[in-house]
Amino acid sequence: MRSRLATTMEVDGLSAFSLREFGCEQNLLSRPDGSSSFVQGDTSVLAGVYGPAEVKISKEIYDRATMEVVIQPKVGLPGVKERAREQCVRETCEAALLSTLHPRSSLSLVLQVVHDDGSLLSCCLNAACMALMDAGLPMGCLFCGVTCAIDPEGHIVTDPTAQQEKDSRAVMTFAIDSAQHRVMMSSTKGSFSVNELQQCIAVSQRASEKIFQFYRESVRRRYSKTV
Amino acid sequence: MAAGFKTAEPLEYHRSFLKENCRPDGRELGEFRTTTLNIGSISTADGSALVKIGNTTVICGIKGELTSPPADAPNSGYIVPNVDLPPLCSSKFRPGPPGEQAQAASQFMADVIESSEVLLKEDLCIEKAKLCWVLYCDIMCLDYDGNLLDACVIALVAALKNAQLPEVSINKDTDLAEVNTDKKRHLNVAKHPVSSSFAVFDDSIVIVDPTAEEETLSTAMMTVVTDENETLCMLHKPGGTSLSSEKLQDCISRAVTRNREVGKLINTVTQSVETDK
Repeated sequence: MRSRLATTMEVDGLSAFSLREFGCEQNLLSRPDGSSSFVQGDTSVLAGVYGPAEVKISKEIYDRATMEVVIQPKVGLPGVKERAREQCVRETCEAALLSTLHPRSSLSLVLQVVHDDGSLLSCCLNAACMALMDAGLPMGCLFCGVTCAIDPEGHIVTDPTAQQEKDSRAVMTFAIDSAQHRVMMSSTKGSFSVNELQQCIAVSQRASEKIFQFYRESVRRRYSKTV
Repeated sequence: MAAGFKTAEPLEYHRSFLKENCRPDGRELGEFRTTTLNIGSISTADGSALVKIGNTTVICGIKGELTSPPADAPNSGYIVPNVDLPPLCSSKFRPGPPGEQAQAASQFMADVIESSEVLLKEDLCIEKAKLCWVLYCDIMCLDYDGNLLDACVIALVAALKNAQLPEVSINKDTDLAEVNTDKKRHLNVAKHPVSSSFAVFDDSIVIVDPTAEEETLSTAMMTVVTDENETLCMLHKPGGTSLSSEKLQDCISRAVTRNREVGKLINTVTQSVETDK
């Protein structure tokens, strides 16, 4: 029997930063080796991981696994924007995974956007991490995505909705690792000062602790039900 | 002997240099390769520029066409950047539809244009909801030896500064556009974004302006785009190993000095072309 888990956590109302309601479900698809769905407010992403499996000869790397990431938009075909996102997610996963343990094999991650209401890239990263965890792939550390928006008055909004992103002056997405809470990935839009960047990184690092805590709780609840 | 060592153990080979704070091509860790710029190289385009950073060669051509403005923003025009990585430039690229790197580079250029506001799309509007310019910025790599993004940004800004568009008016009686090719004017390039790329070796050593070989051996890449007011337009780090905030700060300071160097280069070249006329 497959175990199911639906966890939600309310972390709104904190003075420094607020995140929308988070939800996560692991192992909800039967065919992939690992799957997850991650919900941040109204933004929702479904992820599936296949691997380690056989790799195409042309893509084989002799000392590590080949990682492939596909992001499927809600409507239409994936375009240039999705390609740029795929690159960000793939290189973050490559850095977190201990891919040298599976040389000459392929790992493929498919992310299906269910609904986009802002902070999509960070939701993709979170869904990817939970799916990799569910697949039981060896990882050096976990990672999570945090999006920050700077509104015209200079306030930092974490985990913004699509409307908040639209109204803002700059939007930044970071991937933070769980080992040292450092920036693994960064993708920004709009212009900002060095000071604002440092503030956003600091806020993201604090927010990441909350997200990792949420990871831990949701996995703990899942396994306490299975056993 | 050294050549054999380089082929057999490329990473060890690079490490032995980095240990001594230098690189196989004789550069220091924070040193860029020689950057050369030539503008107006394509006579059939409205604006063009050829950039060389070391062996990396990138050419950018700008072509303006007339079209009707987008329905959701009747006051603006279009800027369409496209980065092409043909099989000619490196054995890494195969013929056929653009690969991931080319598409990611195109998206990067579009993001740089939007974030830095190098050119306001409103300036490209000729008549509200009727007529506007669409600028096709085609960037092609001729020789790929790493640090593609830096070369692309310099080429784009220089080509935009070089571009001249003819005056267009709408004839009130016939309602048709009239192009006056005798009267040409430059675009209003408001900002000068400059990008600086960094590669991270062994999770700790940061080098600037990596060559293609250094790019493949590095554990992470990062590109910082700043404008002349020291404002950040972009901090692009597509994954890879994590970086401490002190290292990040160092990279940003290096990017600011690089901005001044490149800004001077672009100005000197544009001015020399203008005095030639």
